[in-house]
Amino acid sequence: MSGAGGGIVQFDNVGLRYGSDREVLSDVSFTLYPGSFYFLTGASGAGKTSLLRLLYLAQRPSRGMISMFGQDVITLPRARLPGFRRRIGTVFQDFRLVQHLSAFDNVALPLRISGMSEDAIRKPVSDMLEWVGLDHRAEARPETLSGGEQQRVAIARAVIARPEVLVADEPTGNVDPDMALKLLRLFDSLNRLGTTVVVATHDVHLLRKVPDSLIMRLDKGRLSDPTGALKYPPRRGGPNT
Amino acid sequence: MTARLGGDASRILPQARLSGPMPWVIAIMTALTVIALAGGLALANLADNARAEISGGLTVQVVEAEPAARDRQAENAVALLNNRDDVAEVRRVPEEELAALIEPWLGAAGTGSTSTIPTPALIDVKLRGAVTDARLADLGAALARVAPAARVDAQASWLAPVFGAISSLQFLALGLVLLLAATSAAAVWLAARSALGANRDTIEVIHHLGGTDGQIASIFQRSIAMDALAGGAAGLLMALAAILLLGQQFAGLGSGLVAGGGLDPMDWIVIAAVPFAGVILAMLTARLTVVAALRKML
Repeated sequence: MSGAGGGIVQFDNVGLRYGSDREVLSDVSFTLYPGSFYFLTGASGAGKTSLLRLLYLAQRPSRGMISMFGQDVITLPRARLPGFRRRIGTVFQDFRLVQHLSAFDNVALPLRISGMSEDAIRKPVSDMLEWVGLDHRAEARPETLSGGEQQRVAIARAVIARPEVLVADEPTGNVDPDMALKLLRLFDSLNRLGTTVVVATHDVHLLRKVPDSLIMRLDKGRLSDPTGALKYPPRRGGPNT
Repeated sequence: MTARLGGDASRILPQARLSGPMPWVIAIMTALTVIALAGGLALANLADNARAEISGGLTVQVVEAEPAARDRQAENAVALLNNRDDVAEVRRVPEEELAALIEPWLGAAGTGSTSTIPTPALIDVKLRGAVTDARLADLGAALARVAPAARVDAQASWLAPVFGAISSLQFLALGLVLLLAATSAAAVWLAARSALGANRDTIEVIHHLGGTDGQIASIFQRSIAMDALAGGAAGLLMALAAILLLGQQFAGLGSGLVAGGGLDPMDWIVIAAVPFAGVILAMLTARLTVVAALRKML
């Protein structure tokens, strides 16, 4: 379900501060359209991770309005947030894999949370591991996987439940250029299946790898719009294409 | 939707199980609770049996120094009591029995037929129904006409201090049961908080993936319930051994009063329910602890 103006996510004058410090995000306004691919760039400390935390509902803003899937999530009762989180896939910068679970069980976690039976889980998880090239490492614990492999497990876990929005925080920060390109192709494939993708990165070379992507730039907590991503409808995927 | 997390919950949060000495703490708490409860129930039975035994019980004493007059008045009293409809049973306590009762205080020389110490004639009376002050006064007035030296006492009034003491012990047992339940809940609360801390990262991940408070709490609940059940069963076995041993010791005393303090089948059912009540208490405590902690997260 999309919100007003066809956006799946809408931020309006959003500000965020931690405690009594200055705002880490100020007057952030944008609309994400369904099926689009966005890069969120900016220097370290620009507020990318804070913006992503708002996107994956780990944080409420200090001010402003956020609408997701057509619902105001600021006033949404806490008990309804899990249902919204299940529609958002998240790739954390530090992967956040559950260390005592195998790659298979980590990827299966969102499906188990959504109440899917063990029989129904087996095939999609195996297929997903194959898609990220880790079917032969299904029983491996995260500590025995390389950085790139862990990253792919984290991505598989983020997309296994077919989220409507995928949020990835520096997903290529811990991998070599070849692996970064492979991961980006995974995101692109998912985007072509209809998922709205937001990738936070400070790697400018990465931006050129997805030609149709839109770029949002954060500078000291304020958002700028070098590709017109925030002004114009997307060039692919969304309802206007 | 609040679906249960599939699979083995302990695989998702392995530290949610109560680790280290906690199952043994629960076992000891259960054992102490069962022993306190069994003691309270035995005392309740003892008091009930004693009350039933002396309910309607009266003692008529004919306090007359002159033996012939004492005998005559005692016979008159027995005859009057036997003719009353409200009297179920009358028994004059034989001289030998009376002598045996007071021998420990007066010695053999003071209680024989040659004794110069006058002892009252005693008549055991059982009324139909409970003894009330009005019935006691009515009977005393009737007896005064045929046996002026007769005094009537309700047996229950003699034992009132004993019943008072038993009642106090029952309250003590109840207090102990409640105190132990509170201590067990506090122990589970500490264990649940510790398990929460140990699994904080995993809980955050489950939370971000759309896990509900109920799902996360149910993982802890199930794990803690298993440990509480194991600890409770061990505690019950320990307590049963202690109860049976104490039962044998008290049975050896052969006292009528103490023998009335056994446990009936319903009491055993209540005792067997203690570990299950412990599991419910542990699950409830774990759930409230975990949900309260999770509410601090968005």
